[in-house]
Amino acid sequence: MARIIVVTSGKGGVGKTTTSAAIAMGLAKKGHKTAVIDFDVGLRNLDLIMGCERRVVYDFVNVINGEATLNQALIRDKNCNLLYILPASQTRDKEALSQEGVGRVLDELKKDFKYIVCDSPAGIEKGAHLAMYFADDAFVVTNPEVSSVRDSDRMLGILASKSYRAEQNLEPIKEYLLLTRYSPERVKLGEMLSVEDVQDILSLHLLGVIPESKSVLNASNSGTPVILDEKSDAGQAYGDIVARYLGENRPHRFIDDQKGFFRKFFGSK
Amino acid sequence: MSTDSQKTPKTPMVLEFKSSTFSVPVLVVASDDLAVIEQQLQEKTSLAPEFFKNSPVVLDLQEINKRGYDIDIVALTDTIRKAGLLPVGIRGGNVQQNKQALELLIPVYSMHSGSVSVENKKQKTIVPVIETKTDVDVGIETDATATTLITQPIRSGQRIYAAGDLVILSQVSAGAEIMAEGNIHVYNILRGRALAGVRGNSEARIFCFDLQAELISIAGNYKISEDLDESVRNKPVQIYLQDQALIIKDIVLPH
Repeated sequence: MARIIVVTSGKGGVGKTTTSAAIAMGLAKKGHKTAVIDFDVGLRNLDLIMGCERRVVYDFVNVINGEATLNQALIRDKNCNLLYILPASQTRDKEALSQEGVGRVLDELKKDFKYIVCDSPAGIEKGAHLAMYFADDAFVVTNPEVSSVRDSDRMLGILASKSYRAEQNLEPIKEYLLLTRYSPERVKLGEMLSVEDVQDILSLHLLGVIPESKSVLNASNSGTPVILDEKSDAGQAYGDIVARYLGENRPHRFIDDQKGFFRKFFGSK
Repeated sequence: MSTDSQKTPKTPMVLEFKSSTFSVPVLVVASDDLAVIEQQLQEKTSLAPEFFKNSPVVLDLQEINKRGYDIDIVALTDTIRKAGLLPVGIRGGNVQQNKQALELLIPVYSMHSGSVSVENKKQKTIVPVIETKTDVDVGIETDATATTLITQPIRSGQRIYAAGDLVILSQVSAGAEIMAEGNIHVYNILRGRALAGVRGNSEARIFCFDLQAELISIAGNYKISEDLDESVRNKPVQIYLQDQALIIKDIVLPH
C-alpha cells in the first residue's frame, strides 16, 4: 500500500522543502519508488533544491487541470531513478488547487509509487490544508524556538481534526517530530529550546534531530538533497530519520554537544 | 469546468450519497412568547457572537407542546433567523407544526429514544435552552448532563465546548480553549485557556495536574497567566469561586 507523507510545519523557513527533498531521496535510495510533490504553488522551490528546475515542462496544476498527464509532468531525478518530482507552478496561485483534483492526482500516484511525499507550503491556508488532507503520515518540522513550536502545535491540531482520516473517522494520521536547525551549543547557552523542552510542549514521537549545518545551505545551492552528502552531519541525520521511519532502531545523534577532541584543541568552530 | 457529454456516451457518476453524522445544537423552546424568546436569544448569542453566527440549529418543541402552548412555526423560525441562527430542523412538534415546518422546507426529525430532556430546576420557567454548541474540531454529544471525555491532545487553535462536565486526559496546549458549563478536569498539563461554568454556574470548578494556563475562568470571573501566583504555577490545583473571587488551591497528591 502506498503511503502519503506530508512534510508540514505551519511556520515558514524551518526546513520543510529541505526535509521533503532529503527524505524522498532517502526513501528512493532504499529501493522504494517515491514521488515528491511541491504544494507551494506560486513559489516553487522544490525543483531548485532537487536540481531539476531546468527540466520543468508541466507542473502539478497542469495535471490537476487535465492539461498534461501525470507521466508528462513527473520529472525523474538525475541521481536516483526511483525518485520522481512533481513541481509546483510558478505562474498560478494556491486557488488553482482543488481538493478533488489533488485527490485524483494522489490516487493515480498511489497505483505506481510506494511513498508520496507532499511538501507543504507555510501557513495553514488552502495550500497547506490540501497538502496534509490526504496524508497517512505527517512529518512535523520544527525549529527549537517558541513560535515555531506553537505553529507546529496548531498544525497538529489541524492534522487531528481537518484531514480526510479525521473526517472519515479512520485511524488518525501518524505524527512524527523532526527538530531541525538544532545547535546543542546554543541550547547550552540557553539561546534555544532543548529537545526535551520541545517534546514537553508537543508530546510527539521524535523521529530525529537535524543539526544546524553549513552542508544544508551548500546542498540547496548545488541542487542536491543534503542526504546525499553522507559525510555531513545533516546528511547523516536525515539518513537516520529515513531508517527510523522504515522501522530501523537507530539511537538519536546530534542532540548533545559533541564538540570533538580536535575542535577543542584547534578551536575551530 | 464542463462535462462534455457528447464525447462520452455514458456520463460518469457525479453524485454519491454518503451517511455522515453532524453535531448540531438543539434549541429547546419552552415559551410561546416570541418577544421573550427573541430577547433571551439575543442575550445568549451576544455572549459569543462568533460562536453562534450562522450556526445551524434544530428546534425542539417537545417542551412547548407539553405545556400546551401553541406556536407559529413561521414566526418562530423568523425570530431565530433574526438572531443569526439557521434552523435546519424541528423535532417534537405536533402534526400542524410538522406540516408548517415542511412548508418552510425545514426537515422534521423524530425524537429518538432516550431523548434529551432538560430538567433543570434552577432554570427560570421560560428559557430557550441552548443545550450545546460544538466547535468543528471535536464533536460532543448533545446531552447537558453528560460528561465529555477527551483523550487526544488539545492543540493550539482548537476549541472544546462541553454542555456538562469536561474531562481531559491529555495536555491542553497554549492557544487552545476549553469551555464547559460544568466542571473541568485536566489530568495533564493545562497550558491553554480553561473556562468552567460558562453559563453562569458559580459552583463549577477547574481541576488540573499542572497549572500553566493562559487564562482560567469560572462563571465569568477570570485570571490571566500574569496574575497567577508563582506558588500555584506548575502544580496540581483546584480552582473555585468564593465570594466572587477565584481561589486557587493545591491538591495534595498522595505519594
